[in-house]
Amino acid sequence: MAKITFITSDNESITLEGSSGSVMALAVENGVKGIDGDCGGVCSCATCHVHVSPEDMKKTGTASEIEADMLELDDNADEFSRLCCQLEIGDHLDGVVLRVAK
Amino acid sequence: MEKSELPDPFEKARVEKGFGKLNDQDDPVTMLLRLKDVRKTAHNYKTFQSAAQPGRIVVPSEVNIRDTRQIPFEVDPPVHGEYRAIVEPWFKRPLQAEYQEKLKEQIESLVNECLNNDRVEVVNQFALPLQSRALTLLLNTPFSESETWISWGTHVFRSEGEALDADKANILYDYIDQQIERAIAKPGEDMYSVLLSSDFQGRKLSKEEVKGVMVLTFAGGRDTVINAVTNSIAYLAEYPESLERLRKEPEIAGKAVEEFIRYFSPLTQMGRVVTEDTAVCEHAIKADTRVSLCWASANRDAAVFENPNEIVLDRKINPHVGFGFSHHNCLGATHARQILKILLNTLATKVGSIEIQDYKENIESLDEFERKVGYDRINVKFNKLT
Ligand code: HEM
Ligand code: FES
Repeated sequence: MAKITFITSDNESITLEGSSGSVMALAVENGVKGIDGDCGGVCSCATCHVHVSPEDMKKTGTASEIEADMLELDDNADEFSRLCCQLEIGDHLDGVVLRVAK
Repeated sequence: MEKSELPDPFEKARVEKGFGKLNDQDDPVTMLLRLKDVRKTAHNYKTFQSAAQPGRIVVPSEVNIRDTRQIPFEVDPPVHGEYRAIVEPWFKRPLQAEYQEKLKEQIESLVNECLNNDRVEVVNQFALPLQSRALTLLLNTPFSESETWISWGTHVFRSEGEALDADKANILYDYIDQQIERAIAKPGEDMYSVLLSSDFQGRKLSKEEVKGVMVLTFAGGRDTVINAVTNSIAYLAEYPESLERLRKEPEIAGKAVEEFIRYFSPLTQMGRVVTEDTAVCEHAIKADTRVSLCWASANRDAAVFENPNEIVLDRKINPHVGFGFSHHNCLGATHARQILKILLNTLATKVGSIEIQDYKENIESLDEFERKVGYDRINVKFNKLT
């Protein structure tokens, strides 16, 4: 079980619990605003872009090369950016705070 | 070669140079073939613009057959974003359960009908009606309109043999003009009415703007969906084990759809007009010439995709550009994805196997390259799942 907190662009904070699947799927199932997950999680749409809290980066790790190539051309991206369809839910993610990019 | 295979004609040029040349009606095009270059160029709207003379970014060029600017397609940021904000919520409606339920009914009844026939020509008897009927949901217009659209045949702009056909385009333009007048006289809940009442920069959208959106909606969603549907059927005919897998693991249908879009790349390429002298992959490109973003080539780039020429039904990382990339990414993608996903699940639950009887391939001629995009016709028999 992991508790994951999303902060949307209008500063609403939503904490969700999950045990498996991707963070994107958890967010979409619960209607988190700004996470659309258009491509269903295959890393082709970038509609699941989040900024990880700096102190949580050690839990999530940094973007893979393919993910980084997608983010490189996203004007909102920074060093804390991840496509959250590439974050697999597990105990290691417990407590992370993600700011929705859109 | 297998019947359902779509070979990659771009590989050699992509690896060796990164670009290809195409002379289209004396307005030459440098085709960009590598995924990274395609993405970067799509993102850089200042140097590679869409807001050129209407029709010019299309390959083959449509400058001689239309003046209407297609919206938001032939507009650049920041105005592009203002138009997009108006239409985006409408194009997200396919995510609603009710929309999907209706789409499912349409597709199931079509498949049931086909199961009773010994011979079905997939392009005209399956993909075209499917696409046209589904479009009535996107436009929120009466189902009966689909009969008119089906009667136009598969080539609204193109007719067999010749690339561009102004008469065919006129059928569509006249139809849309009439529909706009009807919506003005008697507004309803359909897409024309919704657009006519939309606010843009402190005023309502004009008739010409509404026409620009509607023409694009008809044109952009026709051949692309028809090819995607037809190619999916041909593939499943040759790979019964994939049909079987979709039956056992319906949850992979979403990934399968993305993989089909990558492999089939129903839209081969889209152009941009170059606004200043520049270079892409060390190749100089002059101002006021055209480049094209070759989605079909980028989607086979071995620098990014493992086994690019194979359909891996549940490919997990699949950063394809089949629906475009960046500002202009496909507005109809939500609708197209739902069509394909429901189609795969319906075929998996109802159809045991599909036999290809005969077919004629549809090959695009692009000077240096010849690309199969699908079929002009393909006859099959659908066998019931027993
Ligand atoms: C499998 C089917 C489809 C494929 C592969 C496809 C592909 C594409 C691609 C590659 C682009 C980007 C063009 C560019 O960058 O200039 C695009 C844009 C667009 N497509 Fe699609 N398309 C499909 C279905 C549809 C459908 C069903 C509709 C609507 C009914 C549609 C409407 C549009 C529109 C309006 C745009 C322009 C978006 C903009 O400029 O902001 N497409 N499509
Ligand atoms: S859901 Fe499409 S990239 Fe993450």
